[in-house]
Amino acid sequence: MTREIGQSRWHPWWINGALLVLALVSLAPLLWMASVSVMPAGEATHFPPPLTPSRISFDNYHELFARTGMGVNFANSLLVSLAITLGSLLLNTMAGYAFAKLRFVGRERLFQVLMAALVIPAQVAMLPLFLLMKQLGLVNSFGGVIVPALATVFGIFLVRQYARSIPDELLEAARIDGAGELRIFFRIVLPMLKPVLVTLSIFTFMGAWNDFMWPLIVLTDQEHYTLPVALATLSREHIQDVEMMMAGAVVTVVPVLLLFLVLQRYYIQGLLLGSVKG
Amino acid sequence: MSRSSLAGWMFAAPAVIVLGVFFGLPVASALALSITDFDLYSLADGGNLRFVGLGNYIDLLQTPMFWKSLWNTTYFVVIGVPLSIAVSLGAAMLLNAPAARFKAMFRTALFAPVVTTLVAVAVIWRYLFHTSYGLVNYGLGQLGIDPVDWLGDPRWAMPTIMLFAVWKNFGYNMVIFLAGLQAIPHDLYEAARIDGASRWKQFLHITLPMLGPVLLVVGVITVSGYFQLFAEPYVMTRGDPLQSTVSVLYFMFEEGFKWWNLGRASAVAFLLFLIILAVTTVMLRFGRKRQMV
Repeated sequence: MTREIGQSRWHPWWINGALLVLALVSLAPLLWMASVSVMPAGEATHFPPPLTPSRISFDNYHELFARTGMGVNFANSLLVSLAITLGSLLLNTMAGYAFAKLRFVGRERLFQVLMAALVIPAQVAMLPLFLLMKQLGLVNSFGGVIVPALATVFGIFLVRQYARSIPDELLEAARIDGAGELRIFFRIVLPMLKPVLVTLSIFTFMGAWNDFMWPLIVLTDQEHYTLPVALATLSREHIQDVEMMMAGAVVTVVPVLLLFLVLQRYYIQGLLLGSVKG
Repeated sequence: MSRSSLAGWMFAAPAVIVLGVFFGLPVASALALSITDFDLYSLADGGNLRFVGLGNYIDLLQTPMFWKSLWNTTYFVVIGVPLSIAVSLGAAMLLNAPAARFKAMFRTALFAPVVTTLVAVAVIWRYLFHTSYGLVNYGLGQLGIDPVDWLGDPRWAMPTIMLFAVWKNFGYNMVIFLAGLQAIPHDLYEAARIDGASRWKQFLHITLPMLGPVLLVVGVITVSGYFQLFAEPYVMTRGDPLQSTVSVLYFMFEEGFKWWNLGRASAVAFLLFLIILAVTTVMLRFGRKRQMV
């Protein structure tokens, strides 16, 4: 790497030291969570507060799954997040492709309306949405969480930005060869959109997994709770059981953290595509 | 209708219908709901529903708890947003410095809190900031500082939530700033150095102006996000102590889903929307003006 003149005088120790401190502050709560989750019950509340467990114990995890039914909530979260990811991936991709590549009456106007809708906070819709869900019989069912999340303006926008680079000639050639629109979409367009599909999948999955306010509203009994809702409820009842709560936090956080670590290149790309160029 | 137009509608329709039915329709209904007295009785029997015009709005403006929640939220935005942007920009500049080592590793570490589940990390913070057995007070104790009742003292609860929000979110804007910093041509700094400009002057006269548009976008997104404070107080303080952490959305949630005053709660949601819209519009106006000069 060349030494850029504008910044060459920064003392390397100072910079790397500051970065190290920031990294420690960022990771310390997560490391503490992992450490406490394997402490024997009651150890975290000793004084002085221990940083590492005196012995490794997985009792907290056993108790978490046996006594609080967190396993069910984990399965709920997985089911809901996967359903939202797969469903919205299909719907957003189809719409994004249509807005980028298919000329249809009212396209520009419709797209402007969608973009304008981005300024409306989701919470404005939540109260009537609850009444609508009640009418549809979807309160306290997974459908109540999944269905409203099946399309997002952000997803449509992301796919549209990416799909615009598909050459029109390619689509025209396929049409002249007699390929139907569905065939063109699945055989030609989808494979070309692969990178943005990966990006969108991670975003959607993480968003669905971490979502709190709407599931809290629409799911009304423990059996149907997703992990964040179950954890929030649990933290009210078992506030003294630090070790078990941390086991619950590990179970909730680790899947998304792993997903991010493995696919972070796609995640960061999507983040930049969605905000700076937006 | 041409084949292309028909195909276009067929492809766009499923997503547009979902957005229309489950977002567009509810937003429009929220406006309608906010001028009714929809409550528990109307929930049981629609016949009890009455049109009250601007009654809910006028009522809210005379409700001390609404003003309190608005003040708490404003406090959170006014201190939290600049703090969060400063930390994000500082971290991005550190990562962008040529002397920085292990950049990819540091970036991943600093970004990690962003992808974690808010509820889970809020629970972690609640323990870390616990008055008697929390690590933070223990650390401060080692430095000779008396324990602080972080989440139990009305003066400290909101600042603690601000710290938490900054910790959780700064990585997001950091990544955006980093991309912005990397796009600034190095010759600018070189020329400034030859002219003898100090590091602070370079930051003021090169980095900040070149980042201008990015700063504006990040500012608008962050302000609108911070106004929507909800899960942090829900998990960490339940609005207490002395209602010092009741945010506007927390107030809306209680009005709507605890007391089932859906009409009133819709008015709260709309007022919040209008406030966010007004503040971000002023920011954009101000930003555009500054860039023209």
